[in-house]
Amino acid sequence: MIEASHKQPGYIAALLHRLAGLALAIFLPIHFLALATALNGADALDAFLNVTQTPVLKFAEAVIVVALALHMTLGLRVLAVEFLPMREHTFLTVSICLAAAIAVGLLFMLNVG
Amino acid sequence: MSESKLLHVEVWRGAAEGKFQSFDVPRREHQTVLDVVTQIQREQDATLSYRFACRVGMCGSCAMVVNGRPRWTCRTRVSTAVKADGRLRLEPLKNFTVVKDLAVEMTDFFDKNRDAKGYFEPHKSWQDLSQRQFEIVPPASPQRQAADAGIECIGCGVCHSACDVVAWNEDYLGPAALNRAWTLVNDVRDGGQEARLGAISGSAGCHACHTHMNCTQFCPKGIAPTYSIAGLKRAMVSRALGRSAR
Ligand code: SF4
Ligand code: SF4
Ligand code: FES
Repeated sequence: MIEASHKQPGYIAALLHRLAGLALAIFLPIHFLALATALNGADALDAFLNVTQTPVLKFAEAVIVVALALHMTLGLRVLAVEFLPMREHTFLTVSICLAAAIAVGLLFMLNVG
Repeated sequence: MSESKLLHVEVWRGAAEGKFQSFDVPRREHQTVLDVVTQIQREQDATLSYRFACRVGMCGSCAMVVNGRPRWTCRTRVSTAVKADGRLRLEPLKNFTVVKDLAVEMTDFFDKNRDAKGYFEPHKSWQDLSQRQFEIVPPASPQRQAADAGIECIGCGVCHSACDVVAWNEDYLGPAALNRAWTLVNDVRDGGQEARLGAISGSAGCHACHTHMNCTQFCPKGIAPTYSIAGLKRAMVSRALGRSAR
């Protein structure tokens, strides 16, 4: 049974925030490795970039974009809660953060696709 | 509702180690969860241990985990807590050492109020008798309003039970003690702010809070310790920037 305290919007926001952060942390070294292939000449980079044109990787890219957007919106929310003397309606603000992040992901897919 | 209807109740028996024991309790209209526990203890098993005093939501002694959710049991109706399958599962509060059955050891929890300097410390001019005068605290002042928002804590431990950071770090002062400290940070008559902000600044202090909001979600008094802790974080930043804590 999932505990009641782990079904609250605030907890879910914290969980998603960390998972998104983890995804970015895993992505970044791969990203740098990809850029580093350029050191072996343009062909090496192009060969790698060709791999990224597969649908699976395009989707993965969109996921990373959503993770980045989510990490930012949820981070802004925490900053707002902690540094502005304001009270939030947690369910509403977390929903807005999620919606914004997914919207960014969809926009990205439209542009890439 | 007819009294012939029975409520199926599972109650934690033992301490850290133990098991659930089942009881059937007659269902009554407007019955509270505390009524159910009392019925079991009086009519079925006198060895059941639990705690209560006021029965009207003032003393903070009756909190338990009811169907996975920490609650004050004297003000929780069975009808709001019961699951669709009509079962009630009662456990002692989480993040406390269980003494026996539903009774937990509250000493550490209360000591944290002290450790967070959650007590009034009159400022210097008050210690000089000749200077003593009535301090006027306008009810509408921002400080008084901030203190008011957190002042009604009954020390029930529900927030402490709900907080993940307490579960991860037993030294963490916790939502109740930090909320108490925040009410005092906003007390203009208090002269102990430096020591207080020092006490709550460590790794077990306000910065350990992850803003998960569980405390705020579950506090039966509608207090929002998360925002109190956020206030303390801001007070820390102000202090670091050399501004007054308030
Ligand atoms: S907001 Fe902070 S104090 Fe409250 S439950 Fe979450 S981590 Fe604990
Ligand atoms: S802040 Fe609320 S939940 Fe926590 S001890 Fe006080 S009354 Fe209970
Ligand atoms: S018995 Fe006093 S608060 Fe429930």
